Order: sequence, then structure tokens, then C-alpha cells
Amino acid sequence: MSELYINPGIELRNSQREIHHFRLRLAIASGFVIFMFFVLFLRFFWLQVVQHEHYSTLAEANRISIAPIVPNRGIIVDRNGVVLAHNYSAYTLEITPSKVEDIDALIDALSTVVEITPRDRRRFKKLLEESKSFESLPIRNRLSDEEIARFAANRYRFPGVDINARLFRQYPQGELFSHVVGHIGRINQRELDQLEEEGNDTNYRGTEYIGKVGLEQSYEKHLHGTTGVEEVEVDAGGRAVRTLSRKPPVSGNNIVLNLDAGLQETVYRAFGDFRGALVAIDPTNGGVLAFVSKPGFDPNLFVDGIDPQNWKELNESIDRPMVNRALAGTYPPGSTFKPYMALAALTLGKRRPEQAIRDPGYYNFGNHTFRDDKVGGHGMVDMFKSLVVSCDTYYYMLANDLGIDNIANFMTLFGFGTRSGIDLTGESQGILPSQAWKRKRFRTPEQQKWYAGETISVGIGQGYNSYTPLQLAQAMATLANDGVMYRPHIVNYVEDIVTRNRTMVEPQPLRSLDLKPEHLKVVKDALIGVNTEGTGARAFAGAPYVSAGKTGTAQVIAIKQGEKYVASRIAERYRDHALFIAYAPADAPKIAVAVLVENAGFGAATAAPIARKVMDYYMLGKKATPVKMEELDANAARH
Amino acid sequence: MPMPRAIRRISHALTAHVDAQLLMAILLLMGVSLLAIFSGSNQSLARVSSQIVNMLVALGVMYTFAYVPPNFLLRIALPLYVAGVVLLVCVALFGDIVNGARRWLHVGVTRIQPSEIMKIAVPLMLAWYFDRYEATLKLKNYLIATILLALPVALIVRQPDLGTAVLVLAGGAYVLFLAGLSWRIIIGVAVAGCASLPFLWSAMHDYQRQRILTLIDPTQDPLGTGYHTIQSTIAVGSGGLFGKGWLQGTQTHLDFIPERTTDFIFAVFAEEWGLLGNMVLLFLFLHVIARGMVITANAPTLFTRLFGGALTLTFFTYAFVNMGMVSGILPVVGVPLPLVSYGGTSLVTICLGMGILMSIQTHKKLVQS
Repeated sequence: MSELYINPGIELRNSQREIHHFRLRLAIASGFVIFMFFVLFLRFFWLQVVQHEHYSTLAEANRISIAPIVPNRGIIVDRNGVVLAHNYSAYTLEITPSKVEDIDALIDALSTVVEITPRDRRRFKKLLEESKSFESLPIRNRLSDEEIARFAANRYRFPGVDINARLFRQYPQGELFSHVVGHIGRINQRELDQLEEEGNDTNYRGTEYIGKVGLEQSYEKHLHGTTGVEEVEVDAGGRAVRTLSRKPPVSGNNIVLNLDAGLQETVYRAFGDFRGALVAIDPTNGGVLAFVSKPGFDPNLFVDGIDPQNWKELNESIDRPMVNRALAGTYPPGSTFKPYMALAALTLGKRRPEQAIRDPGYYNFGNHTFRDDKVGGHGMVDMFKSLVVSCDTYYYMLANDLGIDNIANFMTLFGFGTRSGIDLTGESQGILPSQAWKRKRFRTPEQQKWYAGETISVGIGQGYNSYTPLQLAQAMATLANDGVMYRPHIVNYVEDIVTRNRTMVEPQPLRSLDLKPEHLKVVKDALIGVNTEGTGARAFAGAPYVSAGKTGTAQVIAIKQGEKYVASRIAERYRDHALFIAYAPADAPKIAVAVLVENAGFGAATAAPIARKVMDYYMLGKKATPVKMEELDANAARH
Repeated sequence: MPMPRAIRRISHALTAHVDAQLLMAILLLMGVSLLAIFSGSNQSLARVSSQIVNMLVALGVMYTFAYVPPNFLLRIALPLYVAGVVLLVCVALFGDIVNGARRWLHVGVTRIQPSEIMKIAVPLMLAWYFDRYEATLKLKNYLIATILLALPVALIVRQPDLGTAVLVLAGGAYVLFLAGLSWRIIIGVAVAGCASLPFLWSAMHDYQRQRILTLIDPTQDPLGTGYHTIQSTIAVGSGGLFGKGWLQGTQTHLDFIPERTTDFIFAVFAEEWGLLGNMVLLFLFLHVIARGMVITANAPTLFTRLFGGALTLTFFTYAFVNMGMVSGILPVVGVPLPLVSYGGTSLVTICLGMGILMSIQTHKKLVQS
């Protein structure tokens, strides 16, 4: 280049042209630069002015995460404050499946750090099938402090695995209340759809559990509470940086029952190894004092998803522990039907109390012989005696005289064949046979026809008759209360946990039956007679209070004509069911009971003694001592 | 008063080769850089002071090269180019693989990235070449120049490092253009280039294709390759007209923007300073470029004209590609924002170029006076 300055000479003009040329190119390049910067400016203008709103929204959505705060579920206590369902907090080990490639390998690796039983694995597999992969699912519950420490030290090895503090539901009474209190479980798709339909799904955001059966289900709305909301600023990693706003959750309401845990336990023990059901009702207000279906099951198994093996055992057990016998099981009432038949006869004028029949031990109708269980019969039988000795022949005749539709119309008043409206779902209706019922029930004309002979067995509580133990207790309570009928209710009141306001489940009189006091007196005196000199006398011997009752025996299979029922010859599952209905004290009833013992044979032998224990417990003022909260926590830790 | 005169003479000698206009714009851009790095690093004074050290080193390099006469550069052009190509070949043979690309070479205790040298060496070489055959420029010379350009570019593409390759290619292409490459050839190459796009596509690496696909529709992979573009675009857009204010950018401070102090620092700036801030930044860049153009236009020799022009336009390319990438109109390539992004290497390279521009400007003056 230095030559240019030393020897300008002839090349200068050339050079001038070259410089001109170069500057032209440079100008074009400058134009290009300006154009490109203008493009950038347009882009910035587009993003920052025209689309600003849109990107601001996106930035806010990035930054703010709205997290639901799940409310504490209300607790359930009995009438004396004994806790039946409560919450405790514990640490769980949870896996988010979407963040994990090989779940089995991960669980294998985890089991070297924290104990994972085959049951945990099975339960996790089941949860995995039922849920979405981005949900965090528990593999282990109730981690010990030591396990937490061990996992924390190894956490880096397990991406997608976290420890979370969660509230757990616990049922400290276990099996005892399984059919009343019920249990919660993970919300399934059907329940989710239903919540959505009710417009309730926002309140369940973040909630994983819902009442599945029992009071947990029927009082779900009270127990759940209102979900709170927290607006948190999060960083790109999803970590909360600070809280922007917070609307605290409102805890669910507590539920206080009419049930008495001590009474419930007494019933449970009294049943021994028998299966069956017992319902005890306060006749003056319909409050349910005891509600037992045996066998039960441990509701705690269901709380966090039951493992397949336990599920199979419960589901396939011949004892059918999952069936709520008191609510959904229906049985022929047997002779416990007789007091109402007697009352029907008096009310409809078909019998006078002193009117007696001669009982030869059988009743012939058409070409069929209906047998009384006492060979040779009871001799002369009036109404009082018919109940005290439980004479079948008396009621065969009576049923024939009344006719099926008169029987059905009268029995409807006592709630037979009608759902009681108790505060539990899944109640059976039972069968109160009538001509209309039969027409509806069957298809072909000859099936639909009511035969007069069928009325005869209905009279002693057999035939098509089929009622729930709850209905039997409800009818007994109505009779004890002189025809004033209340809707049975397990819950006494719902307590607002914040304001302590109590919402009573008011005793609702369903109806007051138009019964003559003198008719009621006849039947009630006879029922007292049952417990003093009749079929219930042995069970109630020496009771310091006056009670009234009626035994019953319900056939499971039909006995062939002329054949005698011998319990020992019949397979256990085909033996008769034992029944007993009772109330006490006789002059001002405070408790009415219906007992059903499956395959236990004669009602007086097994059912009546159970009723006696219930009465003793309730009448003699023995009350349960409430379980202390500390003991519950200790239980929970052991569980 | 001899003393003041002596001082004046000394101070004149110390500043004689410094171009005040360029320096002013550079210092303002460095000021912007420190503000944005402070914010982007979650107010880390350590990061800021470390960048200040980088800046001082870079300014030292710039100052030094402002005193180096263009003649010296002319002399080292060929050796530098040859050395660079040899190093690139070495990288291809023995280089370290970092993040799936073979870019680094171990030299004793440290590692160097020879492709960085080529950003200066290639335009320098081509400028030297055209200057040498100035009197008799023929088509053949352009052809040879193209080969001289294509060789290192091909080696860098192979590493693979598309961002650097594009910048090196641009630097050389600017020289070819300024050297008077005929329009017919330029248009011909452009047409041929478009026609060969499908072949280019099939020759690309998967991650390179992905970046281009992501540019067309970033939402197709919002958590993968599209994530950077989506988040930086949101940052720019949510900044609005006036910005969220210094240290107030939510995208920045909640970690949504990746590489906040390096390649994506413009997102931090745009979020906090808004469109007005962007306009100031564009103006500062334009000022540097305009000053470079003026220096180039008045440069005394073909070599200085071509080299100065290439340096200026390369600077523009850095700025444009980076801001285009952050605002979502160009694919994500590893190009820092000149003078603003954190990091010593690019800062030194840019300031070295600025020093050369100053040298071209001030040595011409000296010769003329």
C-alpha cells in the first residue's frame, strides 16, 4: 500500500474510479444494514407494542401458579365424643410415574433404602393403573424418621421420587364401625364426572379422597370443607418463590352421631362368631343408637387404595363382609311379624283380644297343610297367648281372614317394604307382598296371579316377605312409640369447626298412625308377656327393667311337607335365621332393637340374648369412656 | 511553559490512535452490558466485576491494535490464515468433544477454539489477497478467494458449529462483495443457493434441523428446543414500550430465560427496558457501524478498505443475528451480542476489530499529515 503514496503517478485515476466503485458497494452495504435494523425494529414493535398484552399474559401465567389448599376433613365422633374417624399427618414416599422411565427398577432401588413390602408394590401397581401418570402416587405411607433421613441422604439417586407430608384418614375403631362410618378412598373417574356435573369440581381441586360408603359418603358435603387457594410466584423450575395471595381453606364440619361406641362394641362382642345385623333406635326421636352388620372389615385398608390380595379376600369371602346386612340385606321377618298382624286384626276389627281358636298343630287350606312348630298344637289360643307362645296356626287363620291386600296396606304404615330414609345410601326396599306387587314383579299371567294359599305363609312372616333389619327396628320403634314414627338418623348434629354452630339433624316425625290405645295395649302387654313368661323369658330372666319383645325364626330353605326341621341335619348355611325384636322400658320406651342372627336357628336361643345385652348396657346406664387423642396418635403410629 | 507542553505532547501521543467516536459508543455499550449482566446474574457483583476485568483486557487489546500499523497486519495475514487452517485440521483430528461438537484444541495447559481466530483471519486473508492482485483482478482471483473462504468454513461446519461458520462465511463474503464481485455472480450464487437448500437440509445435523424447524413453529416442542425461543420472545414482548424496569423482569429473575448473561442477554435488556431501551441499543450499534463505514470509506488502501468494511459488517452481523435469534426471527445459534454479552473471548475479538478500525483511521491521518 505504501507504493500508492510514494508513486501516485498514472494509477491515481484508476484508483479514484476504484474508490468510487468501492464506496458504491459500501453504500449498498449500509443500506442493507439499515434495512435489517429496521426489520429488527419492526419485530420489536410487533412484540412489544402490538402483541404486548398477549406476551404480558404469558409472562404472568409463567410466573404465577395457583395452588389449591386442601381443607382438613371433618372428624366423626359418637354421642360421647369417642373418635370414629379422624386425620393424622404422616410422611409418604411418592413417585411421579411420568418422570420415571423404568418404575420396577426404581422401586427395586428404592427398596434398598426404605422398606417396601410386596403389599406396597401391589397397591402401587393398582394405583398406577387407575391414575394419570403426572400424579404423584404413594409407594410407602407412614415413613419413620429414620427412613426419611435415609431417603434424604440418597435422594439424588431417585429423580421423580419425593417425600410429602399428607393428612391421612384413620378409623381407630376399625371393623366396629365399618358399615356405618364407611370409609374414604381415591376419587375415581365416575366420581370426578359427577363432581363436575354438580359444578363442585373446583372445590375438589387438589383433593384426592372422597367418601366412598357409609356416613363418609352420605355426609361428604359436610365433611369435605372448602378448598383454599394460594397464588404463588414460581420460578422456571416450578419452585415457589413467594406467596402473592392466599385464601385459606375452610375445614370440613365435624359430625356427632347418635351411636354409642360402647353399645356398638357390646353388640359386636355379643354376636360372637355369628353373622348378622342389629339396629337399635331411640323410639322417641329416631336416633340410631347402634348399627351393626357382622362381619365387618377394616376400613383403614381402603383409605389409600386397597391392595389386590386383601380386596380379593374381602370380595370372595363366603361371609360377604362387604355387604351391609343391616341396611341392604333383606330377610323374612318370621314370627317378629306377628305383633303387627295382631294389631292389624284389632284395628280392622277381624279379631277381639279374648277371641280364641283351637290349635291342633296344623292348619289345612285347600289340599295343603300348614304346620305349627309345636306338634299337637297349643290348645286354646287367644291373642295374648298367640304372641307369647308364638302360635302359627292363629296367624294362618288370621292371615286368611285379613286377605293379602289388607295386610299389605296395614304393614305399609309401619314402614315395611318402604325405605326408611336413614342418612346412609344403599338402603334396600325389601318386599311387602301384595296383589299389586306380584303383578309388577312377575311377567306371565299365572305367575302374576295371587293365590290365597300364599297369604297364609305371609301371616307368619314367611312367603314373599323380606325386610331389612333396619325396617324391623323402625317398625318396632314405631310400635313402642305408640304409632309416632320418626325417620331414623345416625347423625345427631353437624358441628361447624370454626363457629361451633351445631346443625341438628332434627327428629322428623314421618307420620302418626291412627291406632287405638286399647289395641296397642293388648299387643304391648303380650310382648311384655313374651319376655316374662314366653319365648323370650329365658333371655330376659332377672332383668331389673320391664321389656317387651318377640322372637322369630326365618326359614332359609323351604321344608318339605311333613318333614320336621332338625338343625343338626342341615348344612350350616341353610339353617334358619334367628330374629328378635324388643324395646324397653315397657312403660316409656327409650330403645327399640331388631336383631338378626344368620343361620343361628331358633330366635329365642341366640338372638334374644344379644338383645338382652344391648338392653342391659343401655338401660343400666353404662357409658363408654371417650378414647384420648394421644392414644389415637399412638395407634396411628403403630398401624 | 515547557511542562504543560511536554504533557500535552505525551497525552497527544497516548491518544493519537484512539478514535473518540468509536470509543464513546463502545463504552456506552459496555455500560449497557454491565447493567444487564447485573440483572441477569441475579445481582451478582462477582459476575459484574469479572466482566469489568474482561472489558479492561479487551480495551487494552483494542488500544494496542490501534497502534499497530495496517502494514503489520498485511504481513501477518497469510501466516495467520495458514496457522488457523492447520489448527482447524488439528481440531478435526485431535480436538476435544464438548456438547457433541469437536471445537476445542488442547495446547499445553489451556484449550483454544481455533474457529474464533478465523473470524479475523479469513477476512484478513481475503483482503490481503485482493490487495496483492489489485491491479489485475480477474474472475480467477475471485474463484481462488472463494476457495480460501470455503476451506475454513467447511472445516468449521464439520465441527459442527453453524453459528461460527455463518459468521466466518459472512466475513469473507463481505470482502468478496466489497472487492467488487460482479452482480451476475452474486445473483447466480443466490439462485444456486436457494436451489441447493434441499441438499443442504439433508446434509445438516439433526439438532441443526431441529433449530430451524423450531424457528418456524416454536410451540411444536415447547419444553425442548422451542423453550429458549418461546421464553425469550415472551420476555421481549412482555417488556412493552417502557419495560418492566431495571431488576424487575420476571422472566429474567424467575429463571425462565436461559443463558441470561451470555447469548440471551438481550432478552433481559428488552424485558426490563422495553422498546425505548431497544431503540437506544439499536442506535448505539448503528453508531458503531456508521463510524466503521465512514472510516472504511476514507481508508487509504484496498486492503484497509476491504478489511475495515468486513470488520464493520461482521460486527453488524453479530448484533443482527443475536437480536434476531432472541426475538424469534432467526434460529438459535451460539452468537453473543457484541460488547454486551458476558464472556471474554468474544469481547476481545470484537475489541480487536475495533482497534484495527481505529488503527486504519489514525494511521491514514498520520501518513497524510
